[in-house]
Amino acid sequence: MKPVAFAYLRAQSVEEACHALGREGDAARILAGGQSLSAMLNMRIVTPSLLIDINGIGALDFIEENEGGIVTGATVRQAAALRNLSIVKKVPLLAAALPHVGHYQTRGRGTLAGSVAHADPSAEIPLVLTVLGGGVELASRRRRRQVPAREFFISALTTRRAPDEMIVSLRWPPASANDFYGFKEIALRAGDYALVAAACHASQAAAGALGQFTIGFGGCGDHPQIVAHPFSSCTLSAAGVKDLAAETARVVECRSDLHASAAYRRHLAGFLCEELMREALAFFKKGRDCGSVGA
Amino acid sequence: MQLADFLRHELQALGTHVGCEHGICGACTVLLDGVPARSCLTYAVQADGCSVETVEGLSEDGELNGLQQSFLRHGALQCGFCTAGILMSTTAFLRENQAPAEEQVKHMLSGHICRCTGYQSIVEAILDYVRHR
Repeated sequence: MKPVAFAYLRAQSVEEACHALGREGDAARILAGGQSLSAMLNMRIVTPSLLIDINGIGALDFIEENEGGIVTGATVRQAAALRNLSIVKKVPLLAAALPHVGHYQTRGRGTLAGSVAHADPSAEIPLVLTVLGGGVELASRRRRRQVPAREFFISALTTRRAPDEMIVSLRWPPASANDFYGFKEIALRAGDYALVAAACHASQAAAGALGQFTIGFGGCGDHPQIVAHPFSSCTLSAAGVKDLAAETARVVECRSDLHASAAYRRHLAGFLCEELMREALAFFKKGRDCGSVGA
Repeated sequence: MQLADFLRHELQALGTHVGCEHGICGACTVLLDGVPARSCLTYAVQADGCSVETVEGLSEDGELNGLQQSFLRHGALQCGFCTAGILMSTTAFLRENQAPAEEQVKHMLSGHICRCTGYQSIVEAILDYVRHR
């Protein structure tokens, strides 16, 4: 199908984009990569009367490092992030997740911020941002503000972004040296929407023992869900991993749809949790054995 | 107007096909400034100032290029509906990857749906082309 007719504005600055958004509110949409939005327009799921194209705003195309971590501007392409050495080194969880985002043919146009604004329940980028405890910077005519990722995603395709706001950047906390970061996903075909995606961050307490294990799940419920386990400093046994993974899966809200039942999603969540826990333990054991560990 | 429709109806460049119109099937894939783009998800106006490469540009002097010839030799197309998009993706992919492994080629192809071939002949055509280029 074709979209309902719309006016098109190629914004030259964030101010210009915010001004147009402020004027039109709900009737306008920001267009970046278009990989999510244009599909919705073609299917007439959304019918904005104005598209504000931000691809020409040079000030939004940046990847910078500061004390808060890595900051990516709103128009940074997923493919560019995948190739960026700062991200590969400092945000390894994102680097691990990005090959699962869409396909080679969509990552050259699709943006990190667009995936966050779209907030599909099974999307990998919102999940990683949430697990890492990152942030979203929003701008409007009225003000700029930072929203923590853990508060940003409310439900399916619904976020804390007001209709007159646009995302200008994302903040990615840097990896801690010696910590483990893991990402796994189950989809019907590689590159399809995840049935369940799991992203985790684990740190050691004393040598060889898990200090904390935070795991987030995408695709189970209608937004990323975090389960955090602080451990006492004892090494988790293989049997202990299985039980803890099952217990983790039990507290995750799971939905049924035409792709998978809630029960199957819960099973997948437990399975992925168990795999990631084993990998974390093996990672820390290797560090203990070799005497050096890197993130 | 979608870039796909502009190419086909305004420029009469019919080599690019429109399948699903929501970015999944890959039939509409062209190269925008050298980067694969779903032309069904791109508006023609967005291509203003960009280079747009389509399947028509692959043949030089009316001869099929080496990649296209490899597709012919290996039976990597039957109805041909998906082929232009796959050729354009592969062209961009091979510019960045000199000697891709089979798994990398398959990963790249996962962004395209083919109803006819079962994909194996496409993978072989690409790998054979890479070996001999």
